[in-house]
Amino acid sequence: MSRIAAKFAALKAEGRKALVTYLQGFDPDRETSLALLRGLPGAGADLLELGVPFTDPMADGPSIQRAAQRALRVGATLPGVLELVRAFRAGDDTTPVVLMGYYNPILAYGVDGFCADAAAAGVDGLILVDLPPEEAGEIEPQAQAAGIDLIRLVAPTTDDARLPRVLQATSGFVYYVSITGITGTRSATAASLEEAIPRIRRHTDLPIAIGFGIRTPQQAGDAARLADGAVVGTALVDTLAASLDEDGRARPETVGLVLEQVRALAGAVRAG
Amino acid sequence: MNKPLPNSFRQGPDVQGRFGQFGGRFVAETLMPLILEVEQAYEAAKRDPAFDAEWRRLLTHYVGRPSPLWFAERLTNHLRANSASEGLGAKVYFKRDELNHTGAHKINAVLGQILLAKRMGKTRIIAETGAGQHGVATATVCALFDLPCTVFMGATDVERQQPNVFRMKLLGAEVMPVTSGAATLKDAMNEALRYWVANVEDTYYCIGTVAGPHPYPVMVRDFQSVIGEEAKQQMMAAEGRLPDALVAAIGGGSNAMGLFYPFLDDASVKMFGVEAAGHGVETEQHAASLTKGRPGVLHGNRTYLLQDAHGQITEAHSISAGLDYPGVGPEHSWLHELGRVQYVSATDDEALAAFQLCSKLEGIIPALEPAHALAHVMRLAPTRPKDEILLMNLCGRGDKDIFTVARHLGVEM
Repeated sequence: MSRIAAKFAALKAEGRKALVTYLQGFDPDRETSLALLRGLPGAGADLLELGVPFTDPMADGPSIQRAAQRALRVGATLPGVLELVRAFRAGDDTTPVVLMGYYNPILAYGVDGFCADAAAAGVDGLILVDLPPEEAGEIEPQAQAAGIDLIRLVAPTTDDARLPRVLQATSGFVYYVSITGITGTRSATAASLEEAIPRIRRHTDLPIAIGFGIRTPQQAGDAARLADGAVVGTALVDTLAASLDEDGRARPETVGLVLEQVRALAGAVRAG
Repeated sequence: MNKPLPNSFRQGPDVQGRFGQFGGRFVAETLMPLILEVEQAYEAAKRDPAFDAEWRRLLTHYVGRPSPLWFAERLTNHLRANSASEGLGAKVYFKRDELNHTGAHKINAVLGQILLAKRMGKTRIIAETGAGQHGVATATVCALFDLPCTVFMGATDVERQQPNVFRMKLLGAEVMPVTSGAATLKDAMNEALRYWVANVEDTYYCIGTVAGPHPYPVMVRDFQSVIGEEAKQQMMAAEGRLPDALVAAIGGGSNAMGLFYPFLDDASVKMFGVEAAGHGVETEQHAASLTKGRPGVLHGNRTYLLQDAHGQITEAHSISAGLDYPGVGPEHSWLHELGRVQYVSATDDEALAAFQLCSKLEGIIPALEPAHALAHVMRLAPTRPKDEILLMNLCGRGDKDIFTVARHLGVEM
């Protein structure tokens, strides 16, 4: 069983939902990024999304755009992010790691080599924002061969006619983008989620995580109750950014501040 | 390029929106249903004679088409005088799309797209712009059709294209300066896509070039092909034969695609796409994605991109804001790999020289974008026999560029 499937099965057995955290790899530097990854499971993160920095993150709001710029400034690359996962894996063999990003850095790396190297580094899944099911052939065979899940985004605009096609191309879990918009801008209403999640459930048995616009423990708890997990990204990136010095470098308290916020989020998700 | 050549160069794209390996639909899931809706609406519109009739009515009476074909006699004589021998110096013709309403070819495709947006029931229009020509054209047509319009423009370009910013505002559009990245055309396109994702219900994104996710590259090409179709007829009327070579500037490549497409299967017609070499293609400061880039995925399509070894997009540079883009339309990438079109480049300085020469010899102030094409004409014509014909797309006028040019020439205005 894959780490993602094992994690959701274990959570189900415990009767609780998943907190999925998102941070950009190498934000604001490799050491801080690794310290955060290592601290996240202990703070209550169940699955880790690691953003792969890209110059043109078209689905991301200003916070994650700036995170990518900070990471690129300290020399982040896709091979560097894989190395980061390898270093994390050396101390944690169970927490799933999902890389989230855009297709071009993978294309530059080489799709075949990337899937093999990512699996070897301990990557469990991929969320490729600009690779809809229509372009799945680009990487699906290689990802499957390497045992890496391709986690698809389902959006409010994905109607019933289209849902089966999207879900058929999905493995691991379903990522429900709760708003029509970019990351970190606005939040979905409870009513829209109460309509959307059962609609997706009718088409799939995969776990569903809700993301985009979840900032507070309250929102995370509410989303987790409706689905199988809640994804929090921009709110953590904002905390990290606010803790940096004027040159954009980590301060001694950076890691602790982010993990403290993760503990609060995890508490709410577990209480739900 | 040892690939088998297709029977026709005019059969792309396939149902996946691919020209060979290029093109496609690399967009977020939120946009995907809308992209499919645009494709269906465009296919239906293409089959509707009333849609075509309305578009052509507007082209005739609002834009002023057909644009003239002009034999640039003084330029031809000047280049002949500079050729190595008596028998050299091809005849140079201009396709004068700079005479269109709003001063460039952009309005051809904007009219088609806004008519499509109205058919789709969209009530708000967004666009990206570099030089401001596409933004002005979009703001113009939105004024005509009483549609609210938001134009995303890199803050750097807002600074260097002030006259067009003011024009857009006069026309009632909202201009949103984009400060991310280098604050030029690429960043404006990112921001327009971000806005579109958040406003899919009522908004149509009017893309200014033959790039972006399918169906934009084919749709914009089809609308711009009016340039080449007219030019073909006009050349037959003027010379009784096809030109020997076509020359057009390439940023995203819409004016070039529009001129080239109707001629692609005419084997005797050579084609040259001229990229912006900025400070030189041997430097880091250029916008020559076909000459110096390699295939990648950005802004919804696979195409040649300026990028580093790790797939990060690098900044383009050109004196011309309209060419300052690190990518190119996917059909150009395909024609490049097939070898049907030769892609060359011209530097900032060569374009500036061409800009001045055209102004003095022909009484036409060209935009800096076609000035790049003219720079190649100035290299090519003196090496070709006198009885050959070169046809260049003079796709925009230079009023918007006089401040930039003055600054480069050290003139206070």
